[in-house]
Amino acid sequence: MRIRNISTVRFLDAGSKKLFLTLLLFLGALFVSAQEKKNKNVKYEFEVRGNCEQCQKRIQKAAFTIVGVKSAVWDMESHTMTVIINEEKCVLLDVKKAIAKIGHDNDEVKASDEVYENLNNCCKYVRD
Amino acid sequence: MKKSMLILILLATIGVFAQDDIKKDTLKTVNVQADIKGIKKSISGTLNTTLVTSRELLKAACCNLAESFETNPSIDVNFSDALTGTKQIKMLGLTSPYILFTEENIPSIRGASQAYGLSFTPGTWVHSIQINKGAGSVINGYESISGQINTELIKPIKDIPFFLNAYGASDSRFELNTHFNHKISDYWATSLFVHGNTRILKNDMNSDNFLDNPLGKQVNIVNRWQYSNSDTGWVTFINLRYLNDEKQTGELDFDPNRDKFTTNSWGSEINSERFDFSSKVGYVFKDMPFQSIGFQNAISNHNQHSYFGLNQYNIKQQSYYSNLIFNSIINNTMHKFATGLNFTYDKYSEYVNLLDVSRIDNSLGAFFEYTYDDSDKFSYILGGRFDYHNRLGAFFTPRLHLKYNLWENSVLRLSIGRGKRAANIYAENQQLFASSRLFSVLDTNGKVYGLNPEIAWNYGVSFTQNFNLFGKSADVTVDLYRTDFQNQAVVDVMNSPQSVLFYNLKGKSYANSLQIDFNLEIIKHFNLRTAYKYYDISTDYISGTFQRPLQSKHRFFTNIEFATHIKDGGKQWKFDYTFNWLGKQQLPNTRTNPIANQFPEFSPSFVVMNVQVTKTFSSTFEMYLGGENIGNYRQGKAILGSENPFGTNFDTSIVYAPIFGQMYYAGLRFKIK
Repeated sequence: MRIRNISTVRFLDAGSKKLFLTLLLFLGALFVSAQEKKNKNVKYEFEVRGNCEQCQKRIQKAAFTIVGVKSAVWDMESHTMTVIINEEKCVLLDVKKAIAKIGHDNDEVKASDEVYENLNNCCKYVRD
Repeated sequence: MKKSMLILILLATIGVFAQDDIKKDTLKTVNVQADIKGIKKSISGTLNTTLVTSRELLKAACCNLAESFETNPSIDVNFSDALTGTKQIKMLGLTSPYILFTEENIPSIRGASQAYGLSFTPGTWVHSIQINKGAGSVINGYESISGQINTELIKPIKDIPFFLNAYGASDSRFELNTHFNHKISDYWATSLFVHGNTRILKNDMNSDNFLDNPLGKQVNIVNRWQYSNSDTGWVTFINLRYLNDEKQTGELDFDPNRDKFTTNSWGSEINSERFDFSSKVGYVFKDMPFQSIGFQNAISNHNQHSYFGLNQYNIKQQSYYSNLIFNSIINNTMHKFATGLNFTYDKYSEYVNLLDVSRIDNSLGAFFEYTYDDSDKFSYILGGRFDYHNRLGAFFTPRLHLKYNLWENSVLRLSIGRGKRAANIYAENQQLFASSRLFSVLDTNGKVYGLNPEIAWNYGVSFTQNFNLFGKSADVTVDLYRTDFQNQAVVDVMNSPQSVLFYNLKGKSYANSLQIDFNLEIIKHFNLRTAYKYYDISTDYISGTFQRPLQSKHRFFTNIEFATHIKDGGKQWKFDYTFNWLGKQQLPNTRTNPIANQFPEFSPSFVVMNVQVTKTFSSTFEMYLGGENIGNYRQGKAILGSENPFGTNFDTSIVYAPIFGQMYYAGLRFKIK
């Protein structure tokens, strides 16, 4: 979009070109910050099954493999996963899939039996 | 002595009576509480940090900040000298000027307050202390060399409505601490802490005609305001503080009104008045708990008037400190950063006898610190700052800290960093004024009293392993640190007993330290803490290479704590015992003095033991009784040339062991929750 705008600039004299560019940058910045408020920091909470500190590290690490996950905290007591994600870059389901992929069932996606069986003994949470 | 014991007994009886009253009123509530450790060492943090909780501070008399480290092996607490009665601390074998002290992350004990500052924060005000060994973060400045110590005071929003602590000791020192707290609204709270202490009687246990510790009185008041709104993310602190501290010491018959500035008898007075104002504003971004901005401002006015016999020393420091910090992430919370600006202004009016060494110092700096945490085993903090200081010049301060969990329950840490500072040679060494030593600064070209700034690199390796020994939790830590001075303002008492020389380091100066800790929970509520420490602190002086004076090469530390199970209504007994063995210490050179006024080259080794018993009657009332130096070890000769204090061999500064001997104390704590 920006490239197209710059090509129109060619038809303007140098002075207005500068002004135009500045305006454009300013608008661009505004646009970015407006978007930020919209969906760059969305907080979700959902359940992830697990037991111990090792699970915690594994779960959080898995969440961070998804580009767009800004913060991921799994609470050992309540089994609640709290994530803050940038929805321009990912969707919540991606995160849940990544967590299931390393062996942890969550409210939407279940881990495969094979991966679950490969978990350390202390990490083998009770499955439904 | 007798009088003070009497007052002590009186205090104890009051406590017992009070207990009866309280018994009737206390509701029978059962508190289920997990054991909170007094000293916490995390294996997940990147920095080598020890957290000292307020629980630990209750284990010793802890009248002030200096004494709160007595049960902590990472810090060595020196013996109070006869003159000031204040205890100095050391970390990695280096004295407190090489440690950056902050109070709630605002630099606190620096410049004029360096010598007595630790006694200006009463122990009851303290919520927790973070002790960071090694270079440390760049956020709070470039001055830290051996470590950083941050003190958090009790937060008004979490405070209880009323707290009272009374203390009395056999050295005739009495203290009273009262805390008031008021919650104004859901968001605003305020606390008022009032501290007073005094030592009223002249003690001379070693019969050298000099006071063993100074007469004194201190009034210390702080008013704190806190605003905290988790809905909007705004937090504010406002602190107002006033301190007045007066000490008098010297010969027993010294009367300031009659004998000041005369040679009738030798005496000294040190009066400090201080005013502090600080504010903090913090904002945590909405929906972004990982992003915040903070702005801190502090102004202080510190004014010390003092004389030591015929030596006069006056210093006034007016300071302004400002810090702007922005915390956020790059992509996600595995990559965090902090960046910001500091500004410091110090106006010193300093007079050493007739010598005017007044000056204005200011510095402006920018910092950036990046933290990587793989949220599993590995993390590091890479920080740098660039400062411009009117005396230190423009310079860069890099710091790096690494952490790796090698295997389960273990942690390996590495750190490296540079520190730079302007040594306040007179303020930091003012105990030497109480001697017949002549002060000479041998260099003239530098910008700090003629000296160059001190520059040092600090390197450290630390390894901790937590494990189970016969089913009990135990841990072992090995810390190895080295500080290498590129330049140092050498304080030379090795040349002659009649002089103290200050000059730029020519040659090598380093401080190596090894500390091995072993901690074990023998049974529940019964903990053992042991540490062995080795120090090799060597400096090239004009007259040769020596170990730093008044520093033991070997030290051994043990602390045993035992507590009974908490019964109905919070009833509990707590016992605490601390053992310190100090190996021989290099002493300042006194060889050229007449034999009667000489010290050997090295001090003997000796043991100092402290005990404390605490009886908790309810969750709101407890009493404690303790003893310091119960083995009654005393330095044989405390003051050289005490028979002729205006002669050429007089020196009160060589203190390697307790002077006072055994000391017993009792106190009570009462709370309204």
